Order: sequence, then C-alpha cells, then structure tokens
Amino acid sequence: MNKVVKNAKEAIKGMRDGQTFMLGGFGLCGIPENTINALVESGLTNLTCISNNAGVDDFGLGLLLKKHQIRKMISSYVGENKEFERQLLSGELEVDLVPQGTLAERIRAGGAGIPAFYVPAGYGTEVGEGKESREFNGKMHLLEYGLTADFAVVKAWKGDTMGNLIYRETANNFNQAMAMAGKITIAEVEILVPAGELNPNEIHTPGIFVQRIFLGTNYEKRIEFETVRES
Amino acid sequence: MSLDKNGIAKRIAQELKDGYYVNLGIGIPTLVANFVPENIEVILQSENGLLGIGPFPEKGKADPDLINAGKQTVTTIPGSAFFDSSLSFAMIRGGHIDLTVLGAFEVTDKGDISSWKIPGKMVKGMGGAMDLVAAAKNIIVATTHTDRHGKPKLKTKCDLPLTGIRCVKKIVSDLAVIDVTDKGFKLMERAPGVSVEEILEKTGAPVIVEGDIPEMNL
Repeated sequence: MNKVVKNAKEAIKGMRDGQTFMLGGFGLCGIPENTINALVESGLTNLTCISNNAGVDDFGLGLLLKKHQIRKMISSYVGENKEFERQLLSGELEVDLVPQGTLAERIRAGGAGIPAFYVPAGYGTEVGEGKESREFNGKMHLLEYGLTADFAVVKAWKGDTMGNLIYRETANNFNQAMAMAGKITIAEVEILVPAGELNPNEIHTPGIFVQRIFLGTNYEKRIEFETVRES
Repeated sequence: MSLDKNGIAKRIAQELKDGYYVNLGIGIPTLVANFVPENIEVILQSENGLLGIGPFPEKGKADPDLINAGKQTVTTIPGSAFFDSSLSFAMIRGGHIDLTVLGAFEVTDKGDISSWKIPGKMVKGMGGAMDLVAAAKNIIVATTHTDRHGKPKLKTKCDLPLTGIRCVKKIVSDLAVIDVTDKGFKLMERAPGVSVEEILEKTGAPVIVEGDIPEMNL
C-alpha cells in the first residue's frame, strides 16, 4: 500500500468549489502550509473551512480569506486576523463560533461515528440558543453534533508511505482529531519514511484515516508571538 | 493603594495548593505563574495540548512547534506531556483541572461571567473559555474592579454576551478579594490601604461585609 502523492497540488486533486474543509493547526502552529498555498493558487471558492483559527492577515488561512475564497468559517478564536474581523462585521463572511473543546469533540465524534453528544459548555449563553438541552447529574448540557468534511488537511511531523502519522509537541492540536473526520484526509509531513521505519508504539494517527500523504517543502513555521526569558 | 497586574497575580498565587493542575488564561492570569510559592509544585495546563508549561525560552531558542494557548513560545518542565485538542478538553470537561484563572469584562453576584464578545465592536471568539468555565471545579476571575471609564465590572447582571453562568467562585481585583456565595458577593480582603467604603462604592451589586475586613497579605 502506498498513499504517497507528489506534492500539495496533486494532493488537492478533486476538490471542488463549495466543499467543506477541515484544516489543522492552532494559531500558526501545526498548520498545513503547503496545502494552504496550493488552495490559494487553485482559486477554489465558496468554501466552508473548519479550523480553530483563521491565520493572520498574510499567512495561513488569512491568505484564503484575503482572496475571498472562504464563504463560511467554523472556528473558536479568530482574534489575530483583522481582515477576518472586517469580513465578519461587514457580513461578507459567515462565521460559526464554537467553544474550542466542543469544536475538538465535534470533530473527534464526527470521525468516530458519533452523530451527537452532550456537553455543558455554552449552556445559558448565546451558543446554546436554539439547541436541545438536557439535565445530567444536576447540571444542564447542550446537544452538539459531530462534524465531518469533504477533505481534512493535516500537518504532521513524521509520516510513512501507509499514512501513519506522528505529530510534534503542540503542533498536534486539532490535527489528530481532524485526520479522522475527512472523507478524504490529506497529510503533509516534514519527514516521510518507508512503511516500517516508524515505531508503531509512537503512532498518533494510524494510516487507516489517511488517504493521501506527501513530503512538504519550504516550511516557514512562522511564530505568532515570540516570547523569550528576560535575562 | 490599588494593586497593579502583578499584585493581582501575586494574590491569586496564594490560592494555589501543592499538586494542583491549573489552567491560566491570557493576560493577568498568565502572570500568576511567576508567583508560584517555592515550596509547592503546580502543573500548568495549556489547552492547545501541553501539560507542564515551563518558562519562556532563552533568546534564540524559541521553537515554533511549542506554544501556549496565547500563541507565545514556551518551554516544558521535566515530566511534561503533549496531546491533541480533544484530549486536552477531556481533561478540562472531565473535571481533572483543579483551578482555572481567567479574565473578564463583567462578573455577577450569581457567578455569571462575560468575557468574549462586544457586539458590533469586537468579535474574537470564545476560544476555550466557555469549556473551562462550564467544567472547572474552581474558577477565579482576575480583573480590575472597574473598567477604563470607571464603571463597575462586578454587577448584578452581565450586559455583554455571557461566557458561562453560575460558575465563578472568587474574584481577585486590584481592590479586593470577593467570594461569590449563595447569597451574593462577600468581601473577604482589601488591597493594602483600600477602604471598605471605596470597594462598596465601586462594586455594582450588594456586597456582604462581615466584621473587620483584613488587608491582603502580599
């Protein structure tokens, strides 16, 4: 079995206008840079993007926003992107803000075949408006639904030709859950090895969840807020 | 005199207990990490997938794959662990975090909190705040007592969109330590040199005052 494709351009083959994508990353940490750049070049439009954040104005998903390729975002925090806030307040962009833990669990559940579940987050707030609620153990909970996507795009540290993935440090974040929730999951990796070279004890995402994998190039890995110790 | 940000953080650090797993929000709460008493061990959780946050890296050693929930570069302590977002919120939602400290726009005497949205002006999103306040066993709000226009932030009702209801247990402000009880706000401590009268005047809800109110011991 070999799931390797040449590059991001080949990996996004078959994507169409109006589809739903999941994109891993937290802020700019662990984002699939190569695939995002290929999406910008593709000119695909009317996309729904499920991603915890929306990048910054000139990097990450901000690049897709700037070209108005995204119709709707499902995110938990979008504070580092002025263009996003502008499009949101002007009504150009539809945005569904979801509590971060609920978002992560909706993605995990979607990938795990769980259609819906109850969580306490957001009960009594505008997040709970119009949602079914129910009391468990004396506490109110909201019914939330699992999420899936036409394509999930994740970034891992190491991968093998069968699609097994290992993430690095906090660059895992949403990638691991999203890898499970794509009808087609694309993984871009910094190190690509033949099957058998990764230690099976260390695999985060088993290859069954991944359909296409490629070796990414030219990672910028931009740091959003570089903070250092006072000497 | 009212406390500065570091003073608020220092007072909150006195609430930490040995062995606590703690989630610190962005802003003043992050500063609490600088005042952890030396004789206790506290493990800091970052909801983007890290247990055991260490100090900021030395100059030139920042790792783009290693950040906290405020997207700042950090390091790890010995015994730290990485994990994905869904597992991170299993820790939070499952009640495994002993203490959450976060900032707020408004807090009510029922323990309701608003902290994430100013309609028409600022929409950044709630991030993990709604998950944290809905599940944490113990929630302390770190805030100034009044906003920049001098209006009380401690009130009977939140005017801004809510982050959570009936969840805040304690407020540490630049003026006071106030508990949120079944009967409403209860004044516990005053900032050094701040009078009970000043605190009551700057609080937008009734405050229970019983006996002499001690000054904070900083």
